[in-house]
Amino acid sequence: MSYLPEGLPIPSAGADGLSTPYWEGTRREKLMIQFCRGCKHWQWGPEWICHRCNSFDRDWREVAGKGVIYSYQRVWHPVHPALNGHGPYIAVLVELPAADNVRMIGNLLGDPKQDVPIGGTVEAVFEHHASASPPYSLVHWRLV
Amino acid sequence: MTERTLRGQAVIAGIGETTYYKHGQSPDSEFKLALMAILAAAKDAGIDPKNIDGFTSYSNDRSDPSRLAAALGTRELRFSNMQWGGGGGGVAAAVGNAAAAVATGMANCVVAFRALAQGQFARFGRGSGAPLAAGDDAFTVPYGVMSPAQKFAMKVTRFMHDHGVKQEALRAISLASYHHAQNNPRAVMYGRPLDEAKYDASRWIVEPFHLFDCCLENDGAAAVIIMPADRARDLPHKASYLLGVASGSDHRCAAPVHNGPNYASSHFATVAPHLYEMAKLGPKDIGVVQCYENFTGGVLMSLVEHGFCAPEEANDLLRLENLIAPTGRMPLNTSGGNLAECYMHGLELVNEAVRQIRGVSVNQAPRNDTVIVVGGPMVTPVSSLILGSEAAL
Repeated sequence: MSYLPEGLPIPSAGADGLSTPYWEGTRREKLMIQFCRGCKHWQWGPEWICHRCNSFDRDWREVAGKGVIYSYQRVWHPVHPALNGHGPYIAVLVELPAADNVRMIGNLLGDPKQDVPIGGTVEAVFEHHASASPPYSLVHWRLV
Repeated sequence: MTERTLRGQAVIAGIGETTYYKHGQSPDSEFKLALMAILAAAKDAGIDPKNIDGFTSYSNDRSDPSRLAAALGTRELRFSNMQWGGGGGGVAAAVGNAAAAVATGMANCVVAFRALAQGQFARFGRGSGAPLAAGDDAFTVPYGVMSPAQKFAMKVTRFMHDHGVKQEALRAISLASYHHAQNNPRAVMYGRPLDEAKYDASRWIVEPFHLFDCCLENDGAAAVIIMPADRARDLPHKASYLLGVASGSDHRCAAPVHNGPNYASSHFATVAPHLYEMAKLGPKDIGVVQCYENFTGGVLMSLVEHGFCAPEEANDLLRLENLIAPTGRMPLNTSGGNLAECYMHGLELVNEAVRQIRGVSVNQAPRNDTVIVVGGPMVTPVSSLILGSEAAL
Protein backbone atom coordinates (compact mmCIF):
# COMPACT_ATOMS: atom_id res chain seq x y z
CA MET A 1 0.00 0.00 0.00
CA SER A 2 1.40 3.37 -1.02
CA TYR A 3 1.67 6.37 1.30
CA LEU A 4 -0.43 8.58 -0.99
CA PRO A 5 -3.36 7.27 -3.02
CA GLU A 6 -2.74 6.03 -6.54
CA GLY A 7 -3.54 8.43 -9.34
CA LEU A 8 -0.96 11.15 -8.81
CA PRO A 9 1.28 12.01 -11.77
CA ILE A 10 3.94 9.40 -12.51
CA PRO A 11 7.55 10.62 -12.34
CA SER A 12 9.23 10.71 -15.72
CA ALA A 13 12.91 10.99 -16.55
CA GLY A 14 11.82 13.38 -19.29
CA ALA A 15 12.45 13.40 -23.01
CA ASP A 16 16.10 14.34 -22.48
CA GLY A 17 16.76 11.40 -20.16
CA LEU A 18 18.62 13.63 -17.70
CA SER A 19 17.37 11.84 -14.60
CA THR A 20 17.12 8.29 -15.97
CA PRO A 21 19.92 6.90 -13.73
CA TYR A 22 18.09 8.14 -10.64
CA TRP A 23 14.79 6.47 -11.52
CA GLU A 24 16.49 3.27 -12.61
CA GLY A 25 18.29 3.31 -9.26
CA THR A 26 15.18 3.66 -7.14
CA ARG A 27 13.69 0.56 -8.78
CA ARG A 28 16.76 -1.35 -7.52
CA GLU A 29 16.46 0.34 -4.08
CA LYS A 30 19.60 2.36 -4.70
CA LEU A 31 19.81 6.12 -4.17
CA MET A 32 21.83 7.46 -7.11
CA ILE A 33 23.00 11.08 -6.93
CA GLN A 34 25.11 13.19 -9.25
CA PHE A 35 28.78 13.62 -8.40
CA CYS A 36 31.07 16.04 -10.23
CA ARG A 37 34.34 14.48 -11.34
CA GLY A 38 35.70 17.98 -11.93
CA CYS A 39 35.49 19.40 -8.40
CA LYS A 40 34.57 16.24 -6.47
CA HIS A 41 31.31 17.60 -5.08
CA TRP A 42 27.83 16.15 -4.95
CA GLN A 43 24.97 18.01 -6.62
CA TRP A 44 21.20 17.56 -6.67
CA GLY A 45 18.72 17.65 -8.50
CA PRO A 46 19.77 16.36 -11.84
CA GLU A 47 21.57 18.86 -14.05
CA TRP A 48 23.80 18.71 -17.13
CA ILE A 49 26.50 20.87 -15.58
CA CYS A 50 28.17 21.30 -12.22
CA HIS A 51 26.97 24.58 -10.69
CA ARG A 52 30.27 24.92 -8.86
CA CYS A 53 32.95 24.34 -11.52
CA ASN A 54 30.86 24.24 -14.72
CA SER A 55 32.17 20.82 -15.61
CA PHE A 56 29.95 18.59 -17.74
CA ASP A 57 31.79 15.54 -16.39
CA ARG A 58 29.18 14.26 -13.95
CA ASP A 59 28.97 10.79 -12.52
CA TRP A 60 26.07 9.00 -10.85
CA ARG A 61 27.06 7.43 -7.55
CA GLU A 62 25.14 5.58 -4.89
CA VAL A 63 24.57 7.33 -1.56
CA ALA A 64 23.45 5.69 1.65
CA GLY A 65 19.79 6.39 2.39
CA LYS A 66 20.50 8.25 5.62
CA GLY A 67 19.29 11.81 6.05
CA VAL A 68 18.42 14.66 8.37
CA ILE A 69 15.11 16.55 8.21
CA TYR A 70 15.82 20.13 7.07
CA SER A 71 12.20 21.25 6.81
CA TYR A 72 8.73 19.77 6.41
CA GLN A 73 5.11 20.51 5.67
CA ARG A 74 1.86 18.93 6.69
CA VAL A 75 -0.58 19.26 3.80
CA TRP A 76 -4.31 19.43 4.54
CA HIS A 77 -5.90 20.93 1.43
CA PRO A 78 -5.95 18.59 -1.60
CA VAL A 79 -5.03 20.22 -4.89
CA HIS A 80 -5.19 17.06 -7.03
CA PRO A 81 -8.28 14.89 -7.58
CA ALA A 82 -6.37 11.79 -6.44
CA LEU A 83 -5.94 13.39 -3.00
CA ASN A 84 -9.58 14.34 -2.43
CA GLY A 85 -10.72 13.02 0.92
CA HIS A 86 -7.19 12.00 1.85
CA GLY A 87 -5.08 13.82 4.35
CA PRO A 88 -3.31 15.25 6.02
CA TYR A 89 0.03 14.01 4.75
CA ILE A 90 3.60 15.04 5.46
CA ALA A 91 6.33 15.98 3.01
CA VAL A 92 9.87 16.34 4.29
CA LEU A 93 12.94 18.04 2.90
CA VAL A 94 15.86 15.80 3.82
CA GLU A 95 19.56 16.60 3.74
CA LEU A 96 22.04 13.83 2.96
CA PRO A 97 25.14 14.38 5.11
CA ALA A 98 27.11 11.80 3.09
CA ALA A 99 26.60 13.82 -0.09
CA ASP A 100 27.47 17.43 0.77
CA ASN A 101 24.04 17.87 2.37
CA VAL A 102 22.14 17.85 -0.92
CA ARG A 103 18.40 17.85 -0.28
CA MET A 104 15.63 15.52 -1.44
CA ILE A 105 11.86 15.62 -0.99
CA GLY A 106 9.80 12.65 0.08
CA ASN A 107 6.95 11.77 2.39
CA LEU A 108 7.51 11.02 6.06
CA LEU A 109 6.03 7.62 6.84
CA GLY A 110 3.99 7.05 9.97
CA ASP A 111 1.24 9.02 11.65
CA PRO A 112 0.44 12.02 9.45
CA LYS A 113 -0.32 14.04 12.59
CA GLN A 114 2.99 13.25 14.28
CA ASP A 115 5.30 16.04 15.45
CA VAL A 116 8.07 16.40 12.88
CA PRO A 117 11.48 17.17 14.37
CA ILE A 118 13.63 19.46 12.21
CA GLY A 119 17.10 17.96 12.61
CA GLY A 120 15.67 14.47 13.16
CA THR A 121 17.47 11.51 11.58
CA VAL A 122 15.67 9.55 8.88
CA GLU A 123 16.30 6.60 6.59
CA ALA A 124 15.11 6.03 3.05
CA VAL A 125 12.24 3.64 2.34
CA PHE A 126 11.59 2.65 -1.28
CA GLU A 127 7.96 2.46 -2.39
CA HIS A 128 7.49 0.44 -5.56
CA HIS A 129 4.72 1.09 -8.03
CA ALA A 130 5.34 -2.02 -10.11
CA SER A 131 1.96 -2.08 -11.81
CA ALA A 132 2.11 1.56 -12.95
CA SER A 133 2.74 2.28 -16.60
CA PRO A 134 5.63 2.79 -16.72
CA PRO A 135 6.63 1.27 -13.37
CA TYR A 136 8.49 3.50 -10.94
CA SER A 137 9.68 3.65 -7.35
CA LEU A 138 9.47 6.57 -4.92
CA VAL A 139 11.79 7.33 -2.00
CA HIS A 140 10.12 8.04 1.34
CA TRP A 141 11.67 8.63 4.73
CA ARG A 142 11.16 7.14 8.19
CA LEU A 143 12.38 8.51 11.51
CA VAL A 144 15.07 6.34 13.11
CA MET B 1 31.22 58.67 -16.31
CA THR B 2 27.69 59.76 -15.47
CA GLU B 3 25.82 57.81 -12.83
CA ARG B 4 23.84 54.91 -14.27
CA THR B 5 20.46 55.11 -12.63
CA LEU B 6 16.74 55.29 -13.23
CA ARG B 7 16.22 57.38 -10.11
CA GLY B 8 13.81 60.21 -10.83
CA GLN B 9 13.82 59.64 -14.59
CA ALA B 10 10.33 58.22 -15.00
CA VAL B 11 6.93 58.74 -13.42
CA ILE B 12 3.78 56.75 -13.03
CA ALA B 13 1.39 59.09 -14.78
CA GLY B 14 -1.82 57.15 -14.44
CA ILE B 15 -3.35 54.08 -12.84
CA GLY B 16 -6.35 51.98 -13.73
CA GLU B 17 -8.08 48.78 -12.85
CA THR B 18 -11.26 46.92 -13.64
CA THR B 19 -13.79 45.72 -11.11
CA TYR B 20 -12.13 42.88 -9.23
CA TYR B 21 -13.99 39.56 -9.21
CA LYS B 22 -13.74 36.23 -7.47
CA HIS B 23 -12.08 33.74 -9.81
CA GLY B 24 -14.39 32.59 -12.56
CA GLN B 25 -16.89 35.40 -12.01
CA SER B 26 -15.73 38.03 -14.48
CA PRO B 27 -18.42 38.70 -17.10
CA ASP B 28 -15.67 39.90 -19.42
CA SER B 29 -12.90 38.01 -21.20
CA GLU B 30 -9.31 38.35 -20.06
CA PHE B 31 -8.33 40.41 -23.11
CA LYS B 32 -11.26 42.79 -22.62
CA LEU B 33 -10.28 43.18 -18.97
CA ALA B 34 -6.75 44.16 -20.06
CA LEU B 35 -8.16 46.77 -22.47
CA MET B 36 -10.50 48.18 -19.81
CA ALA B 37 -7.68 48.60 -17.30
CA ILE B 38 -5.36 50.21 -19.86
CA LEU B 39 -8.06 52.64 -20.99
CA ALA B 40 -8.79 53.53 -17.37
CA ALA B 41 -5.11 54.21 -16.73
CA ALA B 42 -4.85 56.37 -19.88
CA LYS B 43 -7.86 58.39 -18.78
CA ASP B 44 -6.35 58.84 -15.32
CA ALA B 45 -3.12 60.08 -16.94
CA GLY B 46 -5.07 62.45 -19.20
CA ILE B 47 -3.64 60.96 -22.38
CA ASP B 48 -5.04 59.67 -25.64
CA PRO B 49 -4.66 55.87 -25.40
CA LYS B 50 -3.52 55.86 -29.03
CA ASN B 51 -0.34 57.54 -27.79
CA ILE B 52 0.65 54.52 -25.72
CA ASP B 53 3.69 53.20 -27.58
CA GLY B 54 4.85 50.35 -25.36
CA PHE B 55 3.59 47.43 -23.27
CA THR B 56 5.30 45.58 -20.46
CA SER B 57 4.02 42.69 -18.40
CA TYR B 58 5.13 39.60 -16.51
CA SER B 59 4.03 36.10 -15.58
CA ASN B 60 3.52 35.20 -19.26
CA ASP B 61 0.52 37.47 -19.56
CA ARG B 62 -1.64 36.21 -22.40
CA SER B 63 -2.66 39.65 -23.73
CA ASP B 64 -0.19 39.97 -26.57
CA PRO B 65 1.22 43.48 -27.23
CA SER B 66 0.56 43.32 -30.97
CA ARG B 67 -3.09 42.48 -30.39
CA LEU B 68 -3.34 45.19 -27.73
CA ALA B 69 -1.73 47.75 -30.02
CA ALA B 70 -4.14 46.92 -32.82
CA ALA B 71 -7.15 46.99 -30.52
CA LEU B 72 -6.21 50.32 -28.97
CA GLY B 73 -5.38 51.92 -32.32
CA THR B 74 -1.81 52.49 -31.21
CA ARG B 75 -0.17 54.82 -33.72
CA GLU B 76 3.21 53.13 -33.46
CA LEU B 77 4.45 50.37 -31.18
CA ARG B 78 8.02 50.99 -30.01
CA PHE B 79 8.53 48.79 -26.95
CA SER B 80 7.17 45.42 -25.87
CA ASN B 81 8.66 43.45 -23.04
CA MET B 82 7.84 40.37 -20.99
CA GLN B 83 9.56 39.88 -17.65
CA TRP B 84 10.40 36.20 -17.15
CA GLY B 85 9.03 34.37 -14.14
CA GLY B 86 5.63 33.31 -12.92
CA GLY B 87 3.21 34.77 -10.40
CA GLY B 88 3.95 38.25 -9.08
CA GLY B 89 7.72 37.98 -8.84
CA GLY B 90 8.12 40.28 -11.83
CA VAL B 91 5.57 42.98 -11.01
CA ALA B 92 8.08 45.65 -9.99
CA ALA B 93 10.42 44.65 -12.78
CA ALA B 94 7.64 45.16 -15.36
CA VAL B 95 7.24 48.74 -14.11
CA GLY B 96 11.02 49.15 -14.05
CA ASN B 97 11.39 47.83 -17.60
CA ALA B 98 8.80 50.37 -18.75
CA ALA B 99 10.67 53.11 -16.92
CA ALA B 100 13.94 52.06 -18.51
CA ALA B 101 12.32 52.27 -21.93
CA VAL B 102 11.01 55.81 -21.47
CA ALA B 103 14.15 57.00 -19.69
CA THR B 104 16.39 55.87 -22.53
CA GLY B 105 14.24 57.17 -25.37
CA MET B 106 13.10 53.76 -26.58
CA ALA B 107 9.47 54.80 -26.04
CA ASN B 108 7.49 57.74 -24.71
CA CYS B 109 4.48 56.25 -23.00
CA VAL B 110 4.53 52.65 -21.80
CA VAL B 111 1.81 50.77 -19.97
CA ALA B 112 2.69 48.02 -17.49
CA PHE B 113 -0.30 45.77 -17.02
CA ARG B 114 -1.58 42.42 -15.82
CA ALA B 115 -4.86 40.75 -16.73
CA LEU B 116 -6.22 37.54 -15.26
CA ALA B 117 -9.38 35.58 -15.89
CA GLN B 118 -8.91 32.33 -14.10
CA GLY B 119 -12.41 31.26 -15.03
CA GLN B 120 -11.43 31.45 -18.67
CA PHE B 121 -8.05 29.84 -18.03
CA ALA B 122 -6.51 27.52 -15.43
CA ARG B 123 -6.38 28.38 -11.74
CA PHE B 124 -3.06 28.88 -10.01
CA GLY B 125 -3.84 27.03 -6.81
CA ARG B 126 -4.49 23.64 -8.38
CA GLY B 127 -2.15 20.84 -9.32
CA SER B 128 -1.66 19.93 -12.96
CA GLY B 129 -3.90 17.29 -14.52
CA ALA B 130 -1.00 15.87 -16.53
CA PRO B 131 -0.44 12.10 -16.16
CA LEU B 132 3.36 12.44 -16.00
CA ALA B 133 5.60 14.69 -13.93
CA ALA B 134 8.93 15.51 -15.58
CA GLY B 135 11.90 17.72 -14.74
CA ASP B 136 11.86 19.22 -11.24
CA ASP B 137 8.24 18.14 -10.84
CA ALA B 138 9.19 14.45 -11.00
CA PHE B 139 10.91 14.85 -7.63
CA THR B 140 8.10 16.74 -5.89
CA VAL B 141 4.67 16.13 -7.45
CA PRO B 142 4.44 12.36 -6.73
CA TYR B 143 4.94 13.27 -3.05
CA GLY B 144 2.01 15.70 -3.14
CA VAL B 145 4.16 18.84 -3.39
CA MET B 146 2.66 20.64 -6.37
CA SER B 147 0.77 23.88 -5.63
CA PRO B 148 2.46 27.21 -4.89
CA ALA B 149 1.53 26.94 -1.21
CA GLN B 150 3.13 23.50 -1.06
CA LYS B 151 6.24 24.66 -2.93
CA PHE B 152 6.89 27.50 -0.51
CA ALA B 153 5.68 26.29 2.89
CA MET B 154 8.92 24.49 3.76
CA LYS B 155 10.95 27.65 3.20
CA VAL B 156 8.75 29.49 5.67
CA THR B 157 8.74 26.65 8.20
CA ARG B 158 12.55 26.58 8.17
CA PHE B 159 12.74 30.38 8.52
CA MET B 160 10.31 30.37 11.45
CA HIS B 161 12.25 27.50 13.03
CA ASP B 162 15.61 29.23 12.65
CA HIS B 163 14.43 32.55 14.10
CA GLY B 164 11.67 31.62 16.52
CA VAL B 165 8.96 33.42 14.54
CA LYS B 166 5.48 32.68 15.88
CA GLN B 167 2.27 31.95 13.99
CA GLU B 168 0.90 35.20 15.45
CA ALA B 169 3.31 37.15 13.23
CA LEU B 170 1.80 35.58 10.11
CA ARG B 171 -1.66 36.20 11.53
CA ALA B 172 -0.95 39.91 11.97
CA ILE B 173 0.03 40.23 8.29
CA SER B 174 -3.27 38.66 7.28
CA LEU B 175 -5.29 40.75 9.72
CA ALA B 176 -3.70 43.97 8.41
CA SER B 177 -4.75 43.23 4.83
CA TYR B 178 -8.30 42.36 5.87
CA HIS B 179 -8.47 45.42 8.14
CA HIS B 180 -7.52 47.74 5.29
CA ALA B 181 -9.88 46.04 2.84
CA GLN B 182 -12.87 46.96 5.02
CA ASN B 183 -12.41 50.61 3.97
CA ASN B 184 -11.82 49.74 0.31
CA PRO B 185 -14.93 49.30 -1.86
CA ARG B 186 -12.75 47.87 -4.65
CA ALA B 187 -11.70 44.99 -2.41
CA VAL B 188 -13.09 41.53 -3.01
CA MET B 189 -13.14 41.08 0.79
CA TYR B 190 -14.85 44.45 1.43
CA GLY B 191 -17.49 43.80 4.06
CA ARG B 192 -15.91 40.52 5.13
CA PRO B 193 -13.77 41.34 8.16
CA LEU B 194 -11.32 38.96 9.80
CA ASP B 195 -10.39 38.71 13.45
CA GLU B 196 -7.98 36.61 15.47
CA ALA B 197 -10.56 33.98 16.40
CA LYS B 198 -11.72 33.52 12.82
CA TYR B 199 -8.11 33.21 11.65
CA ASP B 200 -7.25 30.71 14.37
CA ALA B 201 -10.32 28.62 13.60
CA SER B 202 -9.73 28.61 9.85
CA ARG B 203 -8.58 25.40 8.25
CA TRP B 204 -5.01 24.65 7.41
CA ILE B 205 -4.12 24.67 3.73
CA VAL B 206 -0.60 23.50 4.39
CA GLU B 207 1.15 24.21 7.65
CA PRO B 208 2.18 26.93 8.49
CA PHE B 209 -0.49 28.51 6.24
CA HIS B 210 -4.08 28.77 7.35
CA LEU B 211 -6.68 29.63 4.72
CA PHE B 212 -6.22 33.33 5.51
CA ASP B 213 -2.44 33.18 5.00
CA CYS B 214 -3.01 32.45 1.31
CA CYS B 215 -3.73 34.91 -1.46
CA LEU B 216 -7.04 35.03 -3.22
CA GLU B 217 -7.53 33.89 -6.79
CA ASN B 218 -9.24 36.61 -8.78
CA ASP B 219 -10.27 37.87 -12.17
CA GLY B 220 -9.61 41.41 -13.33
CA ALA B 221 -6.90 43.64 -14.69
CA ALA B 222 -4.76 46.55 -13.60
CA ALA B 223 -2.46 48.92 -15.45
CA VAL B 224 -0.08 51.82 -14.85
CA ILE B 225 1.11 54.38 -17.41
CA ILE B 226 4.82 55.25 -17.27
CA MET B 227 6.20 58.39 -18.86
CA PRO B 228 9.47 60.34 -18.80
CA ALA B 229 9.88 62.51 -15.73
CA ASP B 230 9.92 65.71 -17.80
CA ARG B 231 6.23 65.15 -18.50
CA ALA B 232 5.32 65.22 -14.81
CA ARG B 233 4.16 68.83 -14.78
CA ASP B 234 1.61 68.23 -17.56
CA LEU B 235 -0.18 65.47 -15.69
CA PRO B 236 -3.62 65.88 -14.10
CA HIS B 237 -2.48 64.14 -10.90
CA LYS B 238 0.54 64.45 -8.65
CA ALA B 239 3.30 62.35 -10.24
CA SER B 240 4.82 59.29 -8.59
CA TYR B 241 8.52 59.18 -9.41
CA LEU B 242 10.34 55.90 -9.69
CA LEU B 243 13.20 56.23 -7.21
CA GLY B 244 14.57 52.73 -7.48
CA VAL B 245 13.90 49.32 -8.92
CA ALA B 246 15.76 46.02 -8.77
CA SER B 247 15.15 42.45 -9.75
CA GLY B 248 16.91 39.11 -9.67
CA SER B 249 17.76 36.50 -7.08
CA ASP B 250 20.61 35.18 -4.98
CA HIS B 251 23.28 32.58 -5.75
CA ARG B 252 21.83 29.30 -7.09
CA CYS B 253 18.47 29.95 -5.45
CA ALA B 254 16.70 27.91 -8.12
CA ALA B 255 18.99 24.88 -7.77
CA PRO B 256 16.61 22.01 -8.53
CA VAL B 257 14.53 20.15 -5.94
CA HIS B 258 14.81 22.77 -3.19
CA ASN B 259 18.64 22.82 -3.18
CA GLY B 260 19.23 26.57 -3.15
CA PRO B 261 21.90 27.35 -0.54
CA ASN B 262 19.93 30.21 1.07
CA TYR B 263 16.78 28.13 1.25
CA ALA B 264 14.70 29.84 3.93
CA SER B 265 14.45 33.05 1.97
CA SER B 266 12.18 35.26 -0.11
CA HIS B 267 15.25 35.69 -2.37
CA PHE B 268 15.52 39.43 -1.95
CA ALA B 269 18.82 39.22 -0.03
CA THR B 270 20.87 40.44 -2.98
CA VAL B 271 18.09 42.40 -4.68
CA ALA B 272 17.09 44.78 -1.88
CA PRO B 273 20.56 46.38 -1.52
CA HIS B 274 20.50 47.35 -5.20
CA LEU B 275 17.03 48.82 -4.76
CA TYR B 276 18.08 51.02 -1.85
CA GLU B 277 21.32 52.01 -3.54
CA MET B 278 19.49 53.32 -6.59
CA ALA B 279 16.83 55.04 -4.49
CA LYS B 280 19.48 56.54 -2.17
CA LEU B 281 17.17 55.55 0.66
CA GLY B 282 17.06 52.93 3.38
CA PRO B 283 14.21 51.07 5.04
CA LYS B 284 13.92 53.78 7.71
CA ASP B 285 13.09 56.31 4.98
CA ILE B 286 10.06 54.40 3.71
CA GLY B 287 6.63 55.70 4.73
CA VAL B 288 4.34 52.94 3.51
CA VAL B 289 5.00 49.30 2.60
CA GLN B 290 3.12 47.34 -0.06
CA CYS B 291 4.47 43.80 0.19
CA TYR B 292 3.16 41.03 -2.05
CA GLU B 293 1.28 38.36 -0.14
CA ASN B 294 1.27 35.14 -2.07
CA PHE B 295 1.54 33.75 1.44
CA THR B 296 2.03 35.64 4.69
CA GLY B 297 5.28 33.78 5.28
CA GLY B 298 6.66 35.33 2.11
CA VAL B 299 5.82 38.78 3.47
CA LEU B 300 7.65 37.92 6.69
CA MET B 301 10.85 37.00 4.86
CA SER B 302 10.55 39.90 2.38
CA LEU B 303 10.26 42.45 5.18
CA VAL B 304 13.34 41.01 6.85
CA GLU B 305 15.33 40.94 3.63
CA HIS B 306 14.34 44.53 2.88
CA GLY B 307 15.67 45.55 6.28
CA PHE B 308 12.43 46.47 8.04
CA CYS B 309 13.40 44.28 10.97
CA ALA B 310 15.93 41.67 11.98
CA PRO B 311 14.58 38.12 11.92
CA GLU B 312 14.57 38.05 15.71
CA GLU B 313 12.48 41.27 15.79
CA ALA B 314 9.72 39.91 13.55
CA ASN B 315 7.45 38.88 16.43
CA ASP B 316 7.62 42.43 17.81
CA LEU B 317 7.14 44.30 14.53
CA LEU B 318 4.45 42.05 13.10
CA ARG B 319 1.59 43.05 15.38
CA LEU B 320 -1.64 44.41 13.94
CA GLU B 321 -1.33 47.78 15.66
CA ASN B 322 2.02 48.38 13.94
CA LEU B 323 0.76 47.53 10.48
CA ILE B 324 -2.41 49.57 10.03
CA ALA B 325 -2.85 53.07 8.64
CA PRO B 326 -2.93 55.76 9.80
CA THR B 327 -1.59 54.98 13.26
CA GLY B 328 0.82 52.08 12.78
CA ARG B 329 4.55 52.57 12.63
CA MET B 330 4.78 50.58 9.36
CA PRO B 331 1.49 50.68 7.43
CA LEU B 332 1.39 47.47 5.36
CA ASN B 333 -0.75 46.61 2.33
CA THR B 334 -3.09 49.55 2.79
CA SER B 335 -5.52 48.49 0.05
CA GLY B 336 -5.92 44.94 1.32
CA GLY B 337 -3.36 43.57 -1.11
CA ASN B 338 -3.42 40.09 -2.59
CA LEU B 339 -5.13 38.69 0.51
CA ALA B 340 -8.16 40.91 0.61
CA GLU B 341 -8.28 43.52 -2.17
CA CYS B 342 -7.47 41.46 -5.23
CA TYR B 343 -4.95 38.93 -6.42
CA MET B 344 -3.88 40.93 -9.46
CA HIS B 345 -0.35 39.56 -9.20
CA GLY B 346 0.72 42.63 -7.25
CA LEU B 347 -0.15 45.32 -9.76
CA GLU B 348 -2.91 46.36 -7.38
CA LEU B 349 -0.09 47.11 -4.92
CA VAL B 350 1.54 49.48 -7.42
CA ASN B 351 -1.79 51.26 -7.91
CA GLU B 352 -2.15 51.56 -4.14
CA ALA B 353 1.39 52.94 -3.83
CA VAL B 354 0.46 55.68 -6.31
CA ARG B 355 -2.73 56.43 -4.39
CA GLN B 356 -0.67 56.78 -1.22
CA ILE B 357 1.68 59.26 -2.89
CA ARG B 358 -1.26 61.22 -4.25
CA GLY B 359 -2.79 61.23 -0.78
CA VAL B 360 -6.04 59.61 -1.90
CA SER B 361 -5.82 56.12 -0.40
CA VAL B 362 -8.82 54.91 1.55
CA ASN B 363 -6.28 54.06 4.25
CA GLN B 364 -4.03 57.05 3.86
CA ALA B 365 -0.73 56.91 5.72
CA PRO B 366 0.48 60.14 7.27
CA ARG B 367 3.95 59.74 5.81
CA ASN B 368 3.49 59.24 2.08
CA ASP B 369 6.51 60.73 0.33
CA THR B 370 8.05 57.29 -0.22
CA VAL B 371 6.35 53.94 -0.80
CA ILE B 372 7.97 50.58 -1.40
CA VAL B 373 6.36 47.85 -3.49
CA VAL B 374 7.83 44.40 -2.95
CA GLY B 375 6.89 41.89 -5.65
CA GLY B 376 6.13 38.20 -5.22
CA PRO B 377 8.54 36.68 -2.70
CA MET B 378 10.19 33.32 -3.47
CA VAL B 379 8.93 33.54 -7.08
CA THR B 380 12.22 34.18 -8.82
CA PRO B 381 13.35 36.38 -10.42
CA VAL B 382 11.86 38.59 -7.70
CA SER B 383 11.61 42.38 -7.94
CA SER B 384 10.83 45.43 -5.86
CA LEU B 385 10.58 49.18 -6.41
CA ILE B 386 10.34 52.46 -4.53
CA LEU B 387 8.11 55.33 -5.59
CA GLY B 388 8.37 58.85 -4.27
CA SER B 389 6.74 62.24 -4.56
CA GLU B 390 8.58 65.16 -6.14
CA ALA B 391 9.57 66.18 -2.62
CA ALA B 392 11.44 62.88 -2.22
CA LEU B 393 13.67 63.49 -5.25
